[in-house]
Amino acid sequence: MELVYTAEQNAFRAEVREWLAQHIPAEPLASFDTSEGFEQHREWEKTLAKGNWGMVTWPKAYGGRGCNLIEWLIFEEEYYRAEAPLRVNQNGIFLLGPTLMEYGSDEQKARFISKMASGEEIWAQGWSEPGAGSDMAAIRSTAVRDGDEYVINGQKVWSTRAVFADWVFCIFRTDPESSRHRGLSFVFVPLDAEGVTVRPIEQLNGLPGFAEIFFDNVRVPAFNRLGEEGEGWKIAMSTAGFERGLMLRSPARFQQSAKRLVELYRQKRQDILDSSIEDSVVRCYMDAEAYALSTYQTASRLMAGGSIGAESSCNKIFWSELDLHIYSTAMSLLGARAEIIPEQGAADDELGSWLDGFLFAQSGPIYAGTNEIQRNIIAERMLEMPRG
Amino acid sequence: MDFTFNQDQMAFRDSLASMLADAVSSESIRARWQTQSGFNRDTWQQLAEMGITGMLVPVAVGGMQMDEVDFVMLAEECGRVALPEPLVDIAQVSTRMLAELVQANPAFAEQGNALLAQLADGSALVIAGHMINPYQNFASEADYFLLPHGEEVHLLSRDQVSLTAHKSLDPSRRLARIEWTPAAETRIVDGQQGALLWRAALNRGALGAAAQMLGLAQAMLAQTVQYSCDREQFGKAIGSNQAVKHLLADCAVRIEFARPVVYRAAYTTSVEPQRADCAVSHAKTAAASAALLCARHCTQVHGAMGYTWECDLHIWAKRSWALDKNWGDEGFHKNRIHEWLLNPRALFGAEYTFGASNTAFDLGLESGKPEEVCA
Ligand SMILES: Cc1cc2nc3c(=O)[nH]c(=O)nc-3n(C[C@H](O)[C@H](O)[C@H](O)COP(=O)(O)OP(=O)(O)OC[C@H]3O[C@@H](n4cnc5c(N)ncnc54)[C@H](O)[C@@H]3O)c2cc1C
Repeated sequence: MELVYTAEQNAFRAEVREWLAQHIPAEPLASFDTSEGFEQHREWEKTLAKGNWGMVTWPKAYGGRGCNLIEWLIFEEEYYRAEAPLRVNQNGIFLLGPTLMEYGSDEQKARFISKMASGEEIWAQGWSEPGAGSDMAAIRSTAVRDGDEYVINGQKVWSTRAVFADWVFCIFRTDPESSRHRGLSFVFVPLDAEGVTVRPIEQLNGLPGFAEIFFDNVRVPAFNRLGEEGEGWKIAMSTAGFERGLMLRSPARFQQSAKRLVELYRQKRQDILDSSIEDSVVRCYMDAEAYALSTYQTASRLMAGGSIGAESSCNKIFWSELDLHIYSTAMSLLGARAEIIPEQGAADDELGSWLDGFLFAQSGPIYAGTNEIQRNIIAERMLEMPRG
Repeated sequence: MDFTFNQDQMAFRDSLASMLADAVSSESIRARWQTQSGFNRDTWQQLAEMGITGMLVPVAVGGMQMDEVDFVMLAEECGRVALPEPLVDIAQVSTRMLAELVQANPAFAEQGNALLAQLADGSALVIAGHMINPYQNFASEADYFLLPHGEEVHLLSRDQVSLTAHKSLDPSRRLARIEWTPAAETRIVDGQQGALLWRAALNRGALGAAAQMLGLAQAMLAQTVQYSCDREQFGKAIGSNQAVKHLLADCAVRIEFARPVVYRAAYTTSVEPQRADCAVSHAKTAAASAALLCARHCTQVHGAMGYTWECDLHIWAKRSWALDKNWGDEGFHKNRIHEWLLNPRALFGAEYTFGASNTAFDLGLESGKPEEVCA
């Protein structure tokens, strides 16, 4: 064990910090759940890609830097420290990208990866259906082979950013006779294809952060299928592993929120009447640290050839509950002002984006597999307790 | 000792509940969100005709002269339907304060009684702008304001104040900050008298918020129990999973141990509003804790559906998040209890559950100093 950064890692950090300082937009961008904000965020992805900072762990051939996981963590630390824009490209670069590199053909990689990396094509994820939430194997939407094409019918729901995105990666039932997790395939669909209807769904903050997608005899080339027919479940599970595991929520995000919470606490300290808030602030700080330490440990283990298993479910629970705790504590610190929606452009530093973050934190224990499902996985697969 | 409501109180609660069931639905609440004022005059008039706006107003000026115990279950019903109109604040805080002002300042009697009569018949809205609330709900609908300058109480009409609107996370709430200039002509009572009035107002306001949160919590739980029976995953109702049952059972436990606390606070406030601090602070904290837990767990049990604008649950959840910090937040209320517990002369323990003045025999302790008794 040697818990010090190497000279190269320090140099890498300095390089990231300098580049971000020079490139981060001076004005904060509008929310990417608005059409204007979406395009602003797309531009930012293009800027990142031009500097080869879009996804540092990707191979150089795909516009990355071939960084290892420790360097990725350093990049993320600098990214959140600089309060750079949120990643509208997240589904593509963190989830689909690595899956495509593992399962895609050379032609598919050539077709999809560079446009994904550049932000030219932004991806949504289309797995959930009205009848298939926690029970994803209940997927009913179908893709039926017809010559060189698939004909798609059915409905997806809760697809994040699908309102403005260009493509969606889905799981469809390709074998109509099949049931549960057999007979599913992983298929890409352009959201402007004929027969696709996207209905925006407003989230708790009133913005259409996700959407329902209807498929009415939509035709896509068989080329758009990732992996073999019937392999959809297996591929999806490896993507979900990335999602729950390391990539979806890097620890720097929470360390930065915890740091801002401590700053708010310092300002408010004199007015605080409730000693449990002190306890909450200290716990938020400690839990953010613990999440970072756990991630560094996992990253080191993976780099030494290890793998990630059911403990990724522990991560998902830990960060989503931490996030709720951070934002609820901020609400307590803001007291009677917490309910106020800050005016656009008003210089009200204290309110900041705490309220929006508080609302978003409510969804953390639900998306990427609910925390109840994660607890079942931990109990049954990690602790090997009897199945319910 | 009798900790039950009487037949009349329950009948009144039932008739309000059935009126609200007709007049206030999630659709009609969403319809209010589309309007400038957010206030439904017809509903207000109906409430006035039922006598509810004037329930605590003296009979002599057109009210029913009832008290906080009579009102507490009605406030709970308002929470249960997430009523947007500020009935609880008006009927329990403004009316009481006006009546007390009439008592304290005979020169104000005529105007004060006239306002009380208008509150009772629904023709005027008077908002008591307590200093603990930086924003006033539905200020733009008010005709008059009772406002603090230090501890003095001033009465101002709508055209004597200027309002700056602020958006609340709860679209049913219409907040504004009030700016105004105190003058000798606007002052009704001085600071010494005002202090007691504001203290009572705070307790009544916090009690009202607590009772509403109790109703909000129960409504969220009921909707979610229903949803968990209807929604199926893995071939069975999601509510048949223990993990889901336990989330909702925990909500039920919190509600059970908030309800009697709120009812005791109503009783204590009706007897001696200035000395109800601990009972009210306990009620506010317990009810908020139940409502916040319900907001979290009920959202969770709804899955992604619970994170949408179109699912009704957020009507109640957002009200809970707002009321939790209205009329004193958790820190304020826990601190009131904390300060009191630190007082070496504080009388607490089993025999003081209902306060010293209610104890029939001489305790041989420091009775005669009832100000040190909490409940
Ligand atoms: C903000 C957000 C973004 C999302 N983005 C996407 C996206 O981009 N693409 C996509 O495909 N999906 C997305 N989702 C959907 C997400 O994956 C689902 O919400 C999730 O899988 C849960 O499904 P559900 O909402 O249908 O809830 P349900 O499965 O109906 O669950 C309801 C409740 O029952 C509980 N429950 C269900 N089964 C069990 C069980 N066996 N044991 C214990 N408890 C159980 C759940 O934990 C939950 O509390 C998103 C969701 C949210 C909130």
